[in-house]
Amino acid sequence: MQMKSPYPYWFVAPAAVIFTVLFLVPTAASFWFSLTNWDLFGFQFIGLENFIDFFSEPFLIKGLTNTIIFAVLTSGAKTVLGLLLAVLLTSGLFGQGLLRSIVFFPVLVSTIGVGILFAEMMHPTHGAINVALGYIGIDGPGWLTNPKLALYSIALVDIWRGVGLATLIYIAGLAAIGNEYYEAARIDGATRLQLFWRVTVPLVRPATTTVVILSLIGGLRLFDLIWAMTRGGPGFSSDVLASVIYKQYQAGFYGLSTAGNVILFALIALIIAPLAWWFNRKELDL
Amino acid sequence: MRTKRRRKLIHGLIALAAAFVIFVIPFLFVLINAGKAGPEAASPSFAMPANWQLWQNLVAVVQARDYMLLLAYFNSTVITVGAIVLLVIFGAMVGYVLQRRPSKFNRVIYGFVLAGLMIPPAVVPTIWVLQGLGLFKTLHGMILIQVAYGLSFTVLLYRAFISTIPRDLDEAALIDGAKPWQIFFRVVLPLLKPVTVTVIVVQSISIFNDFTHPLYYLPGSENVTVQITLYNFQSQFVSQMNLLFMNILLVTVPPLLVFIFFNRQIVAGMTAGAVKG
Repeated sequence: MQMKSPYPYWFVAPAAVIFTVLFLVPTAASFWFSLTNWDLFGFQFIGLENFIDFFSEPFLIKGLTNTIIFAVLTSGAKTVLGLLLAVLLTSGLFGQGLLRSIVFFPVLVSTIGVGILFAEMMHPTHGAINVALGYIGIDGPGWLTNPKLALYSIALVDIWRGVGLATLIYIAGLAAIGNEYYEAARIDGATRLQLFWRVTVPLVRPATTTVVILSLIGGLRLFDLIWAMTRGGPGFSSDVLASVIYKQYQAGFYGLSTAGNVILFALIALIIAPLAWWFNRKELDL
Repeated sequence: MRTKRRRKLIHGLIALAAAFVIFVIPFLFVLINAGKAGPEAASPSFAMPANWQLWQNLVAVVQARDYMLLLAYFNSTVITVGAIVLLVIFGAMVGYVLQRRPSKFNRVIYGFVLAGLMIPPAVVPTIWVLQGLGLFKTLHGMILIQVAYGLSFTVLLYRAFISTIPRDLDEAALIDGAKPWQIFFRVVLPLLKPVTVTVIVVQSISIFNDFTHPLYYLPGSENVTVQITLYNFQSQFVSQMNLLFMNILLVTVPPLLVFIFFNRQIVAGMTAGAVKG
């Protein structure tokens, strides 16, 4: 006879109901609605037209390419800077604890506040950054007004805001590496650079996986920072999928907006799934 | 040995100076400009205010648009507290069953948990569901949305932590004749306090700071949240940058307090959840 488990499945039920109704159902419905012409007055099945529109309109495709550029750039920078900062902040530096707090604090501040603040500091003429550059004789660019630069300026602010989290995860990963590896390598005569490349980098791989995947997902989905800083402008130069989705929603094109959502979903699946698989396989090899 | 220590001191000072310029000065910028008189702040800069008027500006921001900021603080608090209570209870229950009862069914649940971390919410269809349920533009609808979006992370944190609590405790309570819900609420949940504190801290910050979801699911001036006031004031206060900066300052105070009080827990919890996975 099987005893009734002391871990009954109804414990999962309340969470499952909320998650299903407000997350899974809308996600499933989005596949249908992305195939419709959906507005305030109703919807009508139109097949793949929304997707065709999406991939033939230059300003929509701009949002897609910008999303990829932004996510790759910011997560790459957060990974590299996060690891370097974490190594620095675990080396027994003077003021180490304070430094960790300072680097982490922006993670907690509201993105929209950070966005407004930096939009002001990046103003081409009176912005604090260009004024400061002016003192040392550099003619600062129009960080957010130059269409070629706007996306990268926002990426810079996103790195500023998020590097603390990457650093924190790496600090935890570094703490998990036993000292004996370093000692053994040192006895073998390894230089500091070799210690970093041959011991630290391979052994913090679990942390690297976390940082890369978290920051990629975050970068692909980012909306608030871009909305606070440029609204996707000038023109459509800093639009990303999330801001395109919002603009189409505002304009009443619900079907097209939802198609944007489905594309974002596919993009995340296409990028994250192989990456997670690759990281896990590498982990087994060790 | 002494030169090594001196080198650490010098490098530390250099690093502190760099961190100060890169991370602290922007916040000083907010403070300085929040203390200026209107015309002075028209183009915000690092110039110190001729005379500080932090208090006058604070009063002006609070009174703006019929005390909208106070309403926003109220709404944000209700949403945050409501969502946190549900997240802690429901999230811990899922994490508990997920960790204690390995089975095929649980692998499915775990799959959904991971999906919840990655998949971007489908916003317009969510509005459609909320409208169908009569929850669109309501605070309790917003609470449930925050629960749905925060569950995955919460469950992962709890699952990782529950693995450190010995099963013997459950079994002892079971032998004493406790029902499953009694074991959970009386024995296990109290032991989860450290990770519960982490969940409260991390989720309250992310819910309080959320801008995107209230923007979509909670339109209307009676439903403003603090982050939305910032967004509204951005267009309203173009000529009164001092008030805009005062608003940023006020909205940053709650996370700052949380940071000061819970710095350690944030670090411990984030890393436990992020690296163990």
